[in-house]
Amino acid sequence: MGNSIVLAEFQSPGDLLNAAKSVHDAGIKHFETYSPFPIHGMDDAMGLGQSKLGWIVLMGGLTGLSAGFALQTWVSTSAYKIVYSGKPLFSYQAFVPVTFEIMILFSSFAAVFGMFALNKLPEWYHKIFNSVEINKATDDGFFLSIDATDENEKAAIHLLEKIGGKSIKVIR
Amino acid sequence: MSMAIDDVNPVKRKPLVTGGLSFKEITNVVAKPVESKAPSWWFIFLGLSASLIALLFAMIGYLVWEGVGVWGLNNPVGWGFAIVNFVFWVGIGHAGTLISAILFLFRQKWRTSINRFAEAMTIFAVICALIFPGIHVGRIWVAYWLFPIPNSLLMWPNFRSPLLWDVFAVSTYFTVSLLFWYVGLIPDLATIRDRAKSKTKQMLYGLFAIGWRGANRHWRNYERAYLLLAALATPLVLSVHSIVSFDFAVSQLPGWHTTIFPPYFVAGAIFSGFAMVITLMIIARQIFGMKDLVTIHHLECMNKIILATGTMVGYAYAMEFFIAWYSGSVYEGFAFVNRAFGQYAWAYWIMISCNVIFPQLFWFKKVRTSIPMMFTISIIVNIGMWFERFVITVTSLANDFLPSSWGYYKPTWVDILTFVGSFGLFFFLFLLFLKFLPMISITEVKGVLPEADPHHGDDHHG
Repeated sequence: MGNSIVLAEFQSPGDLLNAAKSVHDAGIKHFETYSPFPIHGMDDAMGLGQSKLGWIVLMGGLTGLSAGFALQTWVSTSAYKIVYSGKPLFSYQAFVPVTFEIMILFSSFAAVFGMFALNKLPEWYHKIFNSVEINKATDDGFFLSIDATDENEKAAIHLLEKIGGKSIKVIR
Repeated sequence: MSMAIDDVNPVKRKPLVTGGLSFKEITNVVAKPVESKAPSWWFIFLGLSASLIALLFAMIGYLVWEGVGVWGLNNPVGWGFAIVNFVFWVGIGHAGTLISAILFLFRQKWRTSINRFAEAMTIFAVICALIFPGIHVGRIWVAYWLFPIPNSLLMWPNFRSPLLWDVFAVSTYFTVSLLFWYVGLIPDLATIRDRAKSKTKQMLYGLFAIGWRGANRHWRNYERAYLLLAALATPLVLSVHSIVSFDFAVSQLPGWHTTIFPPYFVAGAIFSGFAMVITLMIIARQIFGMKDLVTIHHLECMNKIILATGTMVGYAYAMEFFIAWYSGSVYEGFAFVNRAFGQYAWAYWIMISCNVIFPQLFWFKKVRTSIPMMFTISIIVNIGMWFERFVITVTSLANDFLPSSWGYYKPTWVDILTFVGSFGLFFFLFLLFLKFLPMISITEVKGVLPEADPHHGDDHHG
């Protein structure tokens, strides 16, 4: 990781997408784009693969499924054995609704907190917030940043200028 | 060339945002109520709803002090207003998740203008709903027995009871709706944070925006999380009202013990939820000047869903009657004839006219696109759906198998004022939402603008 961030603004989602393609093609790995909404095709342009969140949610769901079923089985057949209406203690059919609900609950927690973890959020301080310009990224601004070191800072600025970046800033 | 064809193309989609708003203008319109000083009517209504909350708490306090005898419940009707109100509020709470999850999976882009609003309504309606079974248990101080918490009595709940399934269904629904709502809010909270003029505001919104900065590596996981939550919430929303209906359907009572209940309850829930969204949305878009974001087209789409689900509900009413006769069961047959012509016939016919007859007016485009008409019909539907739950709950209990144990249930003033008070809680939370949070998803509305497509303005070949 570099010790400065070079930030440039682009005019539209299309321009940002093309810029991301150029930066990726130039072989730069540590760069990021910022936009007020997700831009279709940006993951491919930046050379990012599929999000791994699905696997986390699957694990959450399986945990919920087995924990929910195990809890009900243990309570009904061992911890608190009471026969209701002559039904068997292990009435697995009756355990389906609660098992299902706990599975959904655990999966949802996995989806939300898994997303936070993958994104390393909450992160209330980040170097990029030192620029005033980035505030526009949650409104109508489209930005691209490159993490740079002292040696390649000039090259990064030059590249961003070449691909049409406006109001280029160096954030330290 | 493409322009000329578009002008005459009859199947071209209507624009979702009118008035030619830019990205920045959308932010300005939605953020305005959050950033400007609250108008005086807001304080007036907040005060009114706060006094209704006081009424609600007073009634609950009186109930706890005196016992459930202050309600109209008695043998044979042990389920009255509390259960009717619970099902009513939970039903209203179904529109939010339907709009945010099911319409998302079906790629219905018109949902973006209304999902935030409907999700907020869902959460507040479920809060109101949760109060009623909570205070209905009699000994409120041991309500925690409903949950599987290790305790000194070594006692555990009965997982073979539909009432316990309901505890899990509704509390899961509340939690997941809240998570879904919050995840949707994060980018918009960041928008408000970045526009904040005061340090306090920046800190507060910043705290909940958890450092969101619109980075694409974040969007990648965010979009996946949103899709997965939608995929999880879709079966959840269908399961919740199915399980609510099990409270009735799993019992042996004529009029309750029917297999049609789960789909019939789900259709009714969506029906009533959309009606409530229409009622509130018409007022909000008028007051806050959001007619370019919530257009007549959006309202018309919702009215079509009200028409569809209202027709399903009407079909279910008819099918219940048919099966009651077709089953050949004397008790089942009587339960339905008694609903329509017995001591609660007045409630039954209110239900039929409100839910089956009036929504049929939405077949006419003039009615579907007229604000006063749809506002009136939405309120009629809300009333009708409350009566549906009243009819189901009370008629079967009042006249069951044995004529010697029949009775007539009447609510007391405590029943009625508790219900009135719950509206205070609902509107109080809603008013706070309108003032402090962006009521329309800024991010998602921008995402459906044509300009948001990176290939906007490119030449189309083929």
